[in-house]
Amino acid sequence: MASSTLFFTHLSIFFSPEVGHFALALACALALLQALLPSLGLWLCRTDPAHGPSSQSPLLQFAKPLTYSHALALLLAWSCLITAALGDDFSLRLIAETSATSKPWPYKIAGLWGNHEGSLLLWVTLLSLWSSLLATVPHQSLHRPTNIPARLQTRLIALLGYISAGFLLFCLTTSNPFLRLWPVPLEGMGMNPLLQDPGLALHPPLLYSGYVGFAVPLAFAISALLEGRADALWAHFMRPWVISAWSLLTLGIALGSWWSYAVLGWGGYWFWDPVENAALIPWLTGTALLHSVIVTEKRSTLLLWCILLAIATFSLSLSGTFLVRSGILNSVHAFANDPARGVFILTLLALFTGGSLLLFAARSHKITSPSFGAFHLFSREGTILVNNMLLCTLCAVILTGTMYPPFMQLLFGRTLSVGKPFFDATTIPLALPLLAIIGIGITLPWRYAPPARTWRRLTPALLITLGNAVPAFWLFPSPLAGLSALFALWVITSSVIDLARRLHALPSGLRSYLRLPRSLYAACCAHIGVGITILGICGMATTQERIIEATAGTHISLAGQDWCLDRLTPQHGPNFEAIEARITVRSAPRSANIITILHPQIRIFPAQNQRTLHVAITHRLFGDLYAVLGSVKNDHNQYSAILRLHYNPLASWIWLGGIIMACGGAISLRPRIPFRIRRKQPV
Amino acid sequence: MVVRSSLLRRKAGRFWIILACFICFGSAIGLILNAFSSNIVFFMTPSQLSAHTPQPTQTIRLGGMVVAGSLHTTHQDDGTPDILFDITDGQAAMTVHYHGILPDLFREGQSVVALGRLKAPHNFIASEVLAKHDETYMPKEIADELQRTGKWDPRFGPPPNASSWNSMIKKGQ
Amino acid sequence: MTLNRRHLLTLLPLIGATGLGLGFARMLQGLTTGRFDPHAINNPLTHYAVPHFAPLSGLTSSSTPQDLSIPGFSYEELTTANQPILLNIWASWCLPCVEELPFLTNLAHRHTLPGAPPLTLWGMAYKDTPANAERILQRYGQPFQRLGIDDDGTTAIEWGVTGVPESFLILPGGRIVWHTSSSLTEDLYQTELLPLLHSAS
Repeated sequence: MASSTLFFTHLSIFFSPEVGHFALALACALALLQALLPSLGLWLCRTDPAHGPSSQSPLLQFAKPLTYSHALALLLAWSCLITAALGDDFSLRLIAETSATSKPWPYKIAGLWGNHEGSLLLWVTLLSLWSSLLATVPHQSLHRPTNIPARLQTRLIALLGYISAGFLLFCLTTSNPFLRLWPVPLEGMGMNPLLQDPGLALHPPLLYSGYVGFAVPLAFAISALLEGRADALWAHFMRPWVISAWSLLTLGIALGSWWSYAVLGWGGYWFWDPVENAALIPWLTGTALLHSVIVTEKRSTLLLWCILLAIATFSLSLSGTFLVRSGILNSVHAFANDPARGVFILTLLALFTGGSLLLFAARSHKITSPSFGAFHLFSREGTILVNNMLLCTLCAVILTGTMYPPFMQLLFGRTLSVGKPFFDATTIPLALPLLAIIGIGITLPWRYAPPARTWRRLTPALLITLGNAVPAFWLFPSPLAGLSALFALWVITSSVIDLARRLHALPSGLRSYLRLPRSLYAACCAHIGVGITILGICGMATTQERIIEATAGTHISLAGQDWCLDRLTPQHGPNFEAIEARITVRSAPRSANIITILHPQIRIFPAQNQRTLHVAITHRLFGDLYAVLGSVKNDHNQYSAILRLHYNPLASWIWLGGIIMACGGAISLRPRIPFRIRRKQPV
Repeated sequence: MVVRSSLLRRKAGRFWIILACFICFGSAIGLILNAFSSNIVFFMTPSQLSAHTPQPTQTIRLGGMVVAGSLHTTHQDDGTPDILFDITDGQAAMTVHYHGILPDLFREGQSVVALGRLKAPHNFIASEVLAKHDETYMPKEIADELQRTGKWDPRFGPPPNASSWNSMIKKGQ
Repeated sequence: MTLNRRHLLTLLPLIGATGLGLGFARMLQGLTTGRFDPHAINNPLTHYAVPHFAPLSGLTSSSTPQDLSIPGFSYEELTTANQPILLNIWASWCLPCVEELPFLTNLAHRHTLPGAPPLTLWGMAYKDTPANAERILQRYGQPFQRLGIDDDGTTAIEWGVTGVPESFLILPGGRIVWHTSSSLTEDLYQTELLPLLHSAS
């Protein structure tokens, strides 16, 4: 360990924090150039866009190299930061605050984005990677007539450059990760032990990739407004970016929720905490965007709606960041709050959101949807539109609940909070029709389906769902959970039966099955994921919990199983001391059939003077066994422990569903190009 | 004829969309108002709570300091621990019952927030207890420890930056 | 360009976002001045009478190593004072409190100048020892005319203190008219405290 630390100390001659700081400044300059040069070029040859590639300014050629070098500069900054972290260079404030020599090396790296400065650097780096990815897509040429037009691509790169430059300026002025500390401490403060978890180490990169990924659709929206023109092709080029950002955001949220379930030890998976809501709100508008982009691609309608959703999604993910970082929202996992940073983010937010919305108000009349209103309610686009409205209503309701307390305090000086009861009462009545319509919409064709045929197609799924009504209400003690589970089952059966029907119509054989548009498999997969998540949530609603004070040998009966506290023993970890309880779960007292053995711990980290509860979980397909050791008391050498035991039915389905949803997104990333669009290409 | 039917269908389609919009909008407002009327959690202090007794169904966040010496634990028949402590705001005190595991930062004399319902006068059943703490506020224990270990001596200058509390080197070494 | 229905519709998102943005800006402004604090809890003592508390001992030359002597105070002395009192609850172990002391010293000096509204500063050291309190006061400034040592923190409980530093403004007659649970800053003083003092005198 010491030799590797020494290696990184030597390496820091080349990758010193000063080099990193320089790289950051360089990246900022490059991002500005990436924004300005192509913009100027586009402005110079704005007169006749009809001529296309022939009227090109040489300035446009700079867009791609500048994007790559901007990303490379940021990667260099990261190399310097990682070198400093692995070499335990506590002269850097960021590392002194979050690291310690005793910390395992993966967490030395993960700790870098566990605080404000590092996470902002991660944010801009991911943005530069997204822009580079956009730049690597080969643009339209004689050989590739179906690719993204060069002009559009350049414009997108330039727009992303503006966003990057804004955030890099923010990074350099108020949250520089390369600040030195004097006097140099011998040892770092160490990271909050609760955050030293693989789930949380991966959570920010995934979540931020999602947040930042929605900058690309925003760029698409702004470019459409600037050009005053949008069509099905525009939506076609935008769709993969929406889907990939959405999939990553889904994974990020699922991982965050899993962390709060498995590490926080409160027994829940979603607390309607402002930070969680800040991620959920853009996810909902992103989901709406994902679906309306598909409608636009297929039917050339809903153009303005798509543009508005793209603006809203990115703005909402940005305002989520703002609200958390500035300390306006009172959250359990808040960053160190600093109003000065808040001012900067608010300014950026005003520039980007205000600018886009102003553009929307000024230019949207130029974009006309040729067939607005021409579609029928009994068609796929009709149901998607209704679901879009429901998703936006859901989003508005959650936004209201999240923003109500700070606004009440600001306007009337009243302190109140809005919690789980409010969100349960408002979101469930909106989520159930949403699920019902997913199940109907997925079977409908585009344009129009006669109600009689729709009814015929839906009958098998409906029969299966209704047939399971009795078991559902019997299995789930609360009627609401049973009803929601039925709706989830409806989504799953309807998706599966619809796919089966389409496959059945084809000649059998894997080859012909693969010829089916990938988007059908993707939609089926994603909707099954939604159903599985909802089933998991319903299962968790019927969780059984007991808090009990127990001595060694106590038998506790919970959820039809016998939980026995065998013993309490001290344990030594790498950087903590622990008391461990051994709980054996059997199907019946004194039965030989041991289901599992749980080892919950109380860990004491002397470096942080902090105590954490280490949860013991056994994941099983139909229910998790979950134990927390609360505290240990010593009465005359008789040790007793306060235990909290949970039986969480279907808990792992929640995150499994999230992964399946993201897989659905991944499947559809390379959609087959519709023939209609191919024919429209200018040659 | 074709034109007319397409126009009609257009109008019909638009009608459905506008109707759906209104239903969504209306239901959202209805749901929010309904939920606000019953599910808003107000922050109250013991004196406010004894002055205006709320409905037993109303969830309240009760805030104040834990009265020194008031914390004790009893057991229910099935072994569930029942923790009792008093919260005061200086004007009135309220006894809080809590079945569960107290947060790590819970101490007598510390300010806490208890989330729960008032079942009977002076009998508050908490479902959740949170110890209030803030990054800008340094617990006495930590300050004492810093001074004891020599990481910060108030005689030698202003307090160190919060980022280096745990890592300051002893002066003179 | 004439404004038609469509323009108004497309302006709606901008209007909504502007409203939210202005609200956020106000909150940020409030966060920096201490007027808006999402972590705050309502303090019930404002506009109430001073609570009863046991007399607090001060610093005596026998209890402190460097012979700093500041008298303590009791409920009666606090309520019968004839000018406004700013009671600052602090502790030597609390970094924000120590950072606040030079400003408080400056404030105490300002109110001795002619023309300034009368104000005296009294202090209450929360869970503190006389020796520690004395050391900090000698180093960072001594703004207090009276100083009570609340060594076990029970008086702070009577006052409903949720964390140090906190300050209360008490008018003659023993009425608390103003309270903050954050550090006292020049801005907070100018915008909130000074108008109250002017109207009181």
